[in-house]
Amino acid sequence: MIGKPIATTREATGTPTGRLAVWWVIVSEIVIFGGILGSYIMHRIGHPEWAFEAAHTNTLAGSINTFVLLTSSLFAVLAHSAAEKGDGKKAAKLLYMTCLGGLIFLIVKSLEWSSEIAHGFTITKSTFWSFYYVAAGLHGLHVIAGMVLMLWIASLAKRNEELQRVELIGIYWHFVDLVWIFLFPLLYIAK
Amino acid sequence: MSEVQPSEAEHGHHDDHSQSEHHEQSFASKYLFSLDHKIIAQQYLWTGILMVLIGAFMVFVFRMQLAFPGQHVPGWGIVTQANYNSLVTNHGTIMIFWFAMPVLIASFGNFLIPLMIGCDDMVFPRINRLSYQVFLLSVIVLIASFLVPGGGFGGAWTAYPPLSAKSEYSMTNLGSSLWLIAVALEFVAFLLGGINFITTAMNSRAPGMKFTNIPIVVWMIVIASILFMASVGPLVAGAIMLLFDQQVGTGFFDPDKGGDPVLWQHLFWFFGHPEVYVVLLPAMGIVAEIITVFSRKKLFGYKTVLLTVIATGILSFFVWAHHQFIAGIDPRMANIFTVTTVLISIPIAEMIFLYIATLYGGSITLSVPMLWALAFLAEFLLGGSTGLFLGASGADIYFHDTYFVVAHFHYTFFPIAVIGFFAGFTYWFPKMYGKHLNERLGQIHFWITIIGFNLCFIPLFVLGSAGQHRRIYDYSNFPELATPGLQNLRVIATVGLIMTLVAQVFFFINLIVSFRNGRKASANPWNANTLEWVAPSPPPHGNFAEMPTCYRAPYEYSVPGRDKDYWPQNESS
Repeated sequence: MIGKPIATTREATGTPTGRLAVWWVIVSEIVIFGGILGSYIMHRIGHPEWAFEAAHTNTLAGSINTFVLLTSSLFAVLAHSAAEKGDGKKAAKLLYMTCLGGLIFLIVKSLEWSSEIAHGFTITKSTFWSFYYVAAGLHGLHVIAGMVLMLWIASLAKRNEELQRVELIGIYWHFVDLVWIFLFPLLYIAK
Repeated sequence: MSEVQPSEAEHGHHDDHSQSEHHEQSFASKYLFSLDHKIIAQQYLWTGILMVLIGAFMVFVFRMQLAFPGQHVPGWGIVTQANYNSLVTNHGTIMIFWFAMPVLIASFGNFLIPLMIGCDDMVFPRINRLSYQVFLLSVIVLIASFLVPGGGFGGAWTAYPPLSAKSEYSMTNLGSSLWLIAVALEFVAFLLGGINFITTAMNSRAPGMKFTNIPIVVWMIVIASILFMASVGPLVAGAIMLLFDQQVGTGFFDPDKGGDPVLWQHLFWFFGHPEVYVVLLPAMGIVAEIITVFSRKKLFGYKTVLLTVIATGILSFFVWAHHQFIAGIDPRMANIFTVTTVLISIPIAEMIFLYIATLYGGSITLSVPMLWALAFLAEFLLGGSTGLFLGASGADIYFHDTYFVVAHFHYTFFPIAVIGFFAGFTYWFPKMYGKHLNERLGQIHFWITIIGFNLCFIPLFVLGSAGQHRRIYDYSNFPELATPGLQNLRVIATVGLIMTLVAQVFFFINLIVSFRNGRKASANPWNANTLEWVAPSPPPHGNFAEMPTCYRAPYEYSVPGRDKDYWPQNESS
């Protein structure tokens, strides 16, 4: 097999294969998060007393993180537009900015968790906290995975290679953002 | 980003696809780290066959225990209660997740999709390879779970908490978690594979192949992959939660800590029921291909089959709670799920009728693949119609968790996984290996398997109706179930099982004989229309000497006015 298989060069639906694949990945991710959030919502409705637990979450840290993550998505969009113009160097820089957003998100999150754990709000304290750590932790893993992929794609984009992947990682990053938009009100604001 | 493999690059081969079959590759790069969809299909196939042998040995051991309680079982010894639980659990898990899934979807999907849509490989060959590697890892983790202290997980393949969540109940702390991790890894493998199947079928079809020109089996595998993708998520989330319950001490499924054990049942069956259709659809697709070829008739109602499958897929998301009628769910909810469950039998029955209509008036050849395909229709019909008893919530109160259920789902899963597999395997064997299987040995294998299977499971319907509960290690403690009449039925079932197992010896003899001295197969030995028969047998790397163009629908058999009774999709006139 020298060069790419012919299969990879075809486009019968008119949509590039990479973009199709990312959307299917997102479909499967939606049901994963849908499962955990659906379970949480059903429990929450049955247990109004969880509001007292939720009162101990750090809404300020959550708000900062929401802002940081949304801003990082802006850079992902700018990176896509740079890549469309064929400017790989600029796209790579903007992807690094997006990654920086992810990094700040993770730092804020780890400070927040450390303080909560120090105050005794551990994963086994009650089922609310179990959901809190597992749902946000799963989301955090997606942030990390997105950052790793982004660094790799940025290193390719810098050499003007595989520029279409800048858009694909952008789609994924928006999805990670969107999950947080659901997590934030459900875990922090609903009191 | 080139797909050059190191060994090829070193040898400096820079020729095109048609010659690449002559490349000297090391064993490892050709068979273990190959990017070729056909080799990955072989890897899935033979791993699946290895696993089914393990699963079959397990059923042999526990059926011997049921027929002759407390006696020494050849090859195993005395079966303890813990052994029994672990064997039953892992038999179910292996047969569904490590045999039906890898063979019906991953193996046939990998082999057939690129060939049948007329292209040279999957669109993501490296993700395809990764998919198999993750799957292999899951096999290793599963086997490790049998060997750790405490033994393999014994909480049934459905892993209901609290039994599965607390080590003081399951007594297999490490085994339970490894089992769960193995299942989760297996899901990851099939998600990776599924993305490949869906995108390849969507985007890489041969020029001219419209949606209605795609062979039914490709449609079925793709729709099954979509169903899998859209249903497995909640169980992935549930598996993470259960793992935390087991190892960290959270209480997602523990009422003492504010959790809910029924939540797991919802998460599990929201996946678990569509999963039935995930494995059913590829088998239905395989049967569709075979009956059209061997009755030399056009598939009756191609578009109706397609719409019916889509309807089945959508409905399959709304039936899951029929597994929970006696789990304490609201009776009003039980009513709704009774209606949806009975409703889903309509599209399935419709498909069976369409297949029978295809057979009607055809010139039928009873070749070995055709025998398996017809057996599929007959046996699956029995499985499906006994499901109606269980789908009605009133009747289910009595039948729930009896051997009637066991017999019912084996009458669905055995036709799907075993009969469907043999139908597909015998049909595409000439394409896969370039040789014909021995017909006589194939017929012997077929008849003994079918008789043995029915001998095994018809008694279980009777036992279930008599009230014999599942997952009991030894019935001698239940006086009303330990009567000689019922015990004899258990012995008959075990005899049927042994017969089914012995029949497989003929299959393996057939394989050895055919690999050694099998008649050479031409490119199109069955005179079939679909594009995989355009490629040489076995197809070389790159599949087609010249990439085919598609001109027509796949089932144009016995078209009036033509001298040949078939009309390959790639022939322009």
